[in-house]
Parts: sequence; C-alpha cells; structure tokens
Amino acid sequence: MLTLSTQLNTYLIIGAVLFGFGIMGLVRRPTLIGMLIAAELVLSGASINFMAFNHFLAPDPTIGQIMTLFIMAIAAAEASIAMSIVICVYRNYKAIEVEELVELKG
Amino acid sequence: MNPTLLSPEGLSGVIFLVVVAVTILGAVIATSSRRLVRSVSGLAVCFMGVAGLYFFLNSMFVAMMQLLIYVGAVCIVIAFGIMLAEPDERKQLSERGGLNGILSLVIGGICAWGLAAAGTNAHWMTPATKINSGSMKDIGMSLLTTYSMVFELVSIVLLVAIIGALAIARTGRDKS
Repeated sequence: MLTLSTQLNTYLIIGAVLFGFGIMGLVRRPTLIGMLIAAELVLSGASINFMAFNHFLAPDPTIGQIMTLFIMAIAAAEASIAMSIVICVYRNYKAIEVEELVELKG
Repeated sequence: MNPTLLSPEGLSGVIFLVVVAVTILGAVIATSSRRLVRSVSGLAVCFMGVAGLYFFLNSMFVAMMQLLIYVGAVCIVIAFGIMLAEPDERKQLSERGGLNGILSLVIGGICAWGLAAAGTNAHWMTPATKINSGSMKDIGMSLLTTYSMVFELVSIVLLVAIIGALAIARTGRDKS
C-alpha cells in the first residue's frame, strides 16, 4: 500500500478515474460552465497519463513534460475562449443552460 | 520490499495516499455539487492534488506550472464567468432527477473502467536506457531545440485565443 507511488498502474488508474469523472460531469451538468469544468477534468486525466508514461517508460524523460505543458497552454486558451462564448450567449439569451439554447433545433 | 510506516519511504507513501485522496475528492466535488461556485472550488482542490502527483513523478517544474496555470488562471477565469453569468443549476438538477445522475454515473464508470483495464492489462516495455534525467534544464534545452517550432505555434495559438476572446465578448456590449 505504501509503495503505490512507484508503480505505473496507480497513475494510469487515477488518470482513468479523472477521465471518468469528467465524462460523468459532461453528461450530468445542465449549464455550459459546469460542462467546461468537467472538460478540464478530462484534460487533466490525459496529462496524468502523459506524465506517468514519461516517468516510467519514455527513453527521453522530457517529452511527456513538454507535452503536458502544451496541454496546459491549450487548456488555458480553451477556457478563455469558452468563457467569452458563455458571456456572449448569456448576453443574448439571459441563460446558459443548454436546454434553453435551442434556436438552431430543427 | 515493504517499508514501515515511520521510515522515509513509508511517510512518502502516506503523503502519496493523501494526495490521491485530495485529487479524487476534488473531482467528486467538482462534478456532483449543486452550486457551481463549490464545483469550481472542487476543481481547484483537484488540480492541487494533480500537482502533488506530478511532484511524485519527479517533475517539480510541471507541478509548479500546474499550480500557476490551472489553479491560478483557469479556475479564476471560470469563477469570473460564474459571477458574470449567475447560473442557477439547482432547479434543473433536481428537476431532471435521479435517472440522469445514474445514467451519467454509469457512462463515466464504463469509461474509467475500460481505460483502467486497458492500461493495467497491457504489457509495457521499459526502456533500456534514459538519454537524460528529465530535469528543468533538459526541458528547456529540448523546448528550444527539438520542439522550438511547436513552442512558437503554441504562443501563436495563445495570442489568437486572447484576441478571439476579446472579439467575441466585446460585440453587443453597448446594445443592451
């Protein structure tokens, strides 16, 4: 139990659990901001996998860290764009619940 | 190889278990609390736990970046969004009732179980040698030599994201 931090499988399972929580939040949350929070969880699950493979299996241990840094940059860009879209939608509809945003529904 | 509780390895194992518990607890709060403000706080807690995991994976630099970018920037941006859009999820969450929660739990559980099973059952090849130690200096060297093109492209993506966010959120400001 105390040597869990030296095994690859621990990190893979934690990453998978975070990914599962992210998917669960994406399905369950009724608002755009809640879904954005869940998407961040999915991204961090992926980052944990990259870092674990980087530490245990990669011959060049910088490649996974660089990939994680790029994921962070993309996640920051995604969060800012999503936030501005949310603000814009709120201005037009006075709501950010996805069930209210049905103007394009056929 | 089973360290006692009070040896240095045992204590680091205890700290690792605490970090994992913080991560999972933060994820639970982030996905299942009824108020969005609490869910953002849970997200911040979860990211702090993930930074601890990166620390255990021998990467001080990425752990610090995780704290700076995710906890410091992304969570604050989401908190501002919540304050500006004042969403109220409580009514909808209780209206849609138990079926939605159970369904989402089943879907998330299937995803997590499948990924964990695939990862733990696979046979991974351990490398014969490592060509560097993965320290901060090595990260800097390969960022500015091997991956310099991607590095520049990411900075362009960030610039485009900033300008795009400003352009989207600016329009229609003085109409209402």
